Amino acid sequence: MGVQKSVSRLDAVQKVTGTAKYVEDLILLDALHVKVVHSTIANGTVKGIDCSEALKMPGVVTVLTCFDVPEHLYATAGHPLSLDPNHADIKDKTILSARVRYYGDDIAAVVADTPLRAQLAAETIKVEYEELAPMLTPEVALGGDALHEACPDNELARMDFEISPEGNVSFERKRFSSDAVIAGRDDLKGEQYHVPPVNACHIENNCCFAYMEGRRMVVYSCNQVPHTLRRNVAEAIGMPLGDVRVIKPFMGGGFGNKQDTMYEPLVAFLSRKLGGRCVALVLTREETFVNTRTRHGMDLTTVTVADERGKITKKALRINSNGGAYAAHGHAVAAYAITNCFQTYIASELQLGESSTAYTNLPPAAAMRGYGIPQLAFAMESQMDDVALAHGWDPIEFRKWNMHRDGFCDPFDKFIVRSYGLESCIDKGRELSHWDDKRREYDEFNRSSKDIKKGIGMALFSYKTGVYPIQIENAACRIVMNEDGTAQIQVGATELGQGSDTVLCQIVSEFTTIPENRLTLVSAQDTDIAPYDNGAYASRQTYISGNAAKKTAMILRSKLLEKASLMTGVPADELTLKNEHATVESTGRELCSIADICSYFNFVNDLKTDTEHITAEATFTAKDICFSYGVSYIDLEVDVPLGKVKLKKVYSVHDSGTILNPQLAAGQLHGGIVMGLGYALGEQMLFDQKTGKPLNNNLLDYKLPTAMDVPEIETHFVETYEPSGPFGSKGLAEPPLIPQAPAIRNAILHATGVPIYKLPMNPQNLVHEFIRANLIKS
Amino acid sequence: MYDIIHTFKASSVNDVLELLSSNSDAMLVAGGTDVMIRMRERKLRQASLISLLDIPDLKTISLREDGAIVIGAGACFTEISENTIVLEKIPMLAHACRQVGSPQIRNIATIGGNICNGAVSADSVPSLYALDAELELWGKDGSRLVPIRKFHTGPGQTVLQKDRELLTAIIIPLSSYAHHGGCYIKFGQRNAMEISTLGCAVNVSLTGDKKHIEKAAIAFGVAAPVPMRCAKVESLLIGAEINEEMFFTVRENILEGLKPRDSWRASLELRRQLIREMSVRALKQAIINAGGSLQ
Repeated sequence: MGVQKSVSRLDAVQKVTGTAKYVEDLILLDALHVKVVHSTIANGTVKGIDCSEALKMPGVVTVLTCFDVPEHLYATAGHPLSLDPNHADIKDKTILSARVRYYGDDIAAVVADTPLRAQLAAETIKVEYEELAPMLTPEVALGGDALHEACPDNELARMDFEISPEGNVSFERKRFSSDAVIAGRDDLKGEQYHVPPVNACHIENNCCFAYMEGRRMVVYSCNQVPHTLRRNVAEAIGMPLGDVRVIKPFMGGGFGNKQDTMYEPLVAFLSRKLGGRCVALVLTREETFVNTRTRHGMDLTTVTVADERGKITKKALRINSNGGAYAAHGHAVAAYAITNCFQTYIASELQLGESSTAYTNLPPAAAMRGYGIPQLAFAMESQMDDVALAHGWDPIEFRKWNMHRDGFCDPFDKFIVRSYGLESCIDKGRELSHWDDKRREYDEFNRSSKDIKKGIGMALFSYKTGVYPIQIENAACRIVMNEDGTAQIQVGATELGQGSDTVLCQIVSEFTTIPENRLTLVSAQDTDIAPYDNGAYASRQTYISGNAAKKTAMILRSKLLEKASLMTGVPADELTLKNEHATVESTGRELCSIADICSYFNFVNDLKTDTEHITAEATFTAKDICFSYGVSYIDLEVDVPLGKVKLKKVYSVHDSGTILNPQLAAGQLHGGIVMGLGYALGEQMLFDQKTGKPLNNNLLDYKLPTAMDVPEIETHFVETYEPSGPFGSKGLAEPPLIPQAPAIRNAILHATGVPIYKLPMNPQNLVHEFIRANLIKS
Repeated sequence: MYDIIHTFKASSVNDVLELLSSNSDAMLVAGGTDVMIRMRERKLRQASLISLLDIPDLKTISLREDGAIVIGAGACFTEISENTIVLEKIPMLAHACRQVGSPQIRNIATIGGNICNGAVSADSVPSLYALDAELELWGKDGSRLVPIRKFHTGPGQTVLQKDRELLTAIIIPLSSYAHHGGCYIKFGQRNAMEISTLGCAVNVSLTGDKKHIEKAAIAFGVAAPVPMRCAKVESLLIGAEINEEMFFTVRENILEGLKPRDSWRASLELRRQLIREMSVRALKQAIINAGGSLQ
């Protein structure tokens, strides 16, 4: 089959029939089970822990407390190692902590023979605290008691800059502010937007287990970056890297929330303490909400000034990001967001950015699909509509006058755009959604309809694929031939539902002509076997790991043709592979099959030929980066008195370069769109403002959309050719989520005339806004 | 993972009462969709459970000679919402039962469990309040009938004596549904798998000319600590002419006697707005369902 075809997912049958094995299915039968004791305060110190009762409970093996763990700090971010110490991830975590930094922090762990017995014992543990007042927002945390010794003012990091009209960036450290006025300049009075923390809600809760084989530690985990996890675990428990073996089997979604190291150091530490016994920890849904990672809540203050021709002259943005209790990805998410604002639209005179990430007493925030850009897009794209409305411009035209164009040079990473489908996406979506007709038609309808208002809104984005040059972008692949002409493909790239296994297999098939059903992509990553890969994040698996698969498959193809040449005497440069056969290119004559070649060189016994097990392996190093683009048009109705939004249709048009598997790509759009709709209309993590206690950490009270909330979705691609991507492809996994919230917000603005500045746009927030705007008489 | 000590399987109502008398702290379980959650949240510990799933008598839905509809407490929501008697005579209840959770939950959760759990958000309860349903409770000494309007005593609290009584049937008298029109509206923040933010049921009968209200019952879930009827508005509506002024009167007076909460699940401002808006919408639809028109 090969690329640009809708090859069925390799794992489809296993997943739908329930035979696919996930971490929880693989826990050893004699495993011990851990229940973590979580703090019931948000800020303070554990003074004492009384485990006496727990230790007497049936089935309890041991209790580990925050006073029993190594004191050295380790990092948890799922980033590749940075050889530059200035870019290294922040080390601020211990396996358990006496310093309580959020409500639910890990202070002890009970190990018992069953999960229930571990839980029952955990409930008997008495903890004595010295309590401090919770600091839930950056404003409160800055200047409060230090949460981490290394960061006395609780400001984890800042990045402030000005970009000159020529595109030169100058950095200068500013001070924290939450004023509407940016940089103290009266001409930069911004609009203030707020987005809450949300959770990825992958269907498989985070879980892991560990046991020892001799001196070695084996760790199973549903983790997106097994090679980085191996490094973090080795560091946390003080073992040589080569003594740690990480295995990642099937994974039930991750969305970035499985990029970080979570409880793997704890189970590994316990296993070693217990003589290498298998120790397992499966989080509940309630714990997954609180004790993993969140999308950053942010306050964004932004101003966009345009001249009478609609050209943006000044642009300023301040992001105050709520980092939560531990650094995880540090300032990287906010930095990604603030730079994107000046990549998508360009101002001619002044471009000013300020950003801060604070430690607070909320659960730690880190990577989640879109890496800061969904937050940024909500503010930036909402403002584009507000400015257009204030000047009486068409919001699409206003965007076109100011968005970056083909050949754009990114001021931060200094790369040049070489594939650009943004304008085509906009035009195609405009046509498909009947934007112009509906804008007029709905204006007319809304003049006479009091309770039901109709609107259509849009938003766009640009989003980088991969993280080069900030981080190394590399990936490796190995292909091992079998004597019957089938092959095993080993990759470090992780399948977590996005379809990377299938696409990588298609790429190998494209070069070798071996059909996908005769190729086995080893889906489980075992760091003892799988070649190195940074893992799944930054929409990089097809773009980076696909290039590794391509490079390896090309080496393999050359090798096979050389061998065929040795067997047949026909020069290799006259041969090609066709239908799994070495074929004379000029005549089309088949000389021998790949199976013949592999079998011959594996078993030839003629006293002169060296046998060879035919394999190929290569590492790809990225030296470029690109932008994916897309646009969402959303048609909706607002039931004003109930504050309820009824989505009628989503039109989604994307430029992700060449599409390697149309069906999987459409699936990515559908999934990302629904996730974006949830972010727009319902999702938010709520905390008691006095205690910091999480309030809605379950799937009943956390309003994730259901199938009944999802409207009709129409997806299209504008295919461009990106020279740096395999076959011209670009990233697609994260982008579809990004424009949904601002597109809905702008549709609500069109429908009701009420601008919303806060997510989620749930009935409560909308009813409050409609009362304020006098649309509802209270 | 569940903290269960004993389980029993009852095969008849007497069997249940017998098991209860020897295990007074046991919990009755039908579909288990509330009980399992309580166990998972560790609110119910070291549980003894008596299963009601194998008592066929509890599942029947029938029309009594006097015209009353008798719904077995063990009927699940799918059975009720698809039952021809319910669909024909009290479609409001069929609709309410379709609002519960998801298909999987509706296939196992029972109306008796929904009522006895005592939650103010129970989807079936506002309609039963508006229909003046009666509950048949069985104990060792026989049965007693309790109007559902007297059943709830506080949040999660009811008059059911949990250590010795069992709800067996819900009875809806002929006078509540003959020549009536009903409407139940649930407000949830999403369209499935949702707990009610507000539930409003209206049951009306019209005068012969269909231009006036003869009698109206308006009931709410989640507008006070217990399900509530709106006595004030109901009395204002007796004999009222159907016109915009009447709906205005409803909107202006409906909050009287209700005690909506202000909580992180929904603000007081939202809840008050929902009560005002949904009572009028449900009343309008109920009038149409009773054969009236809004003009």
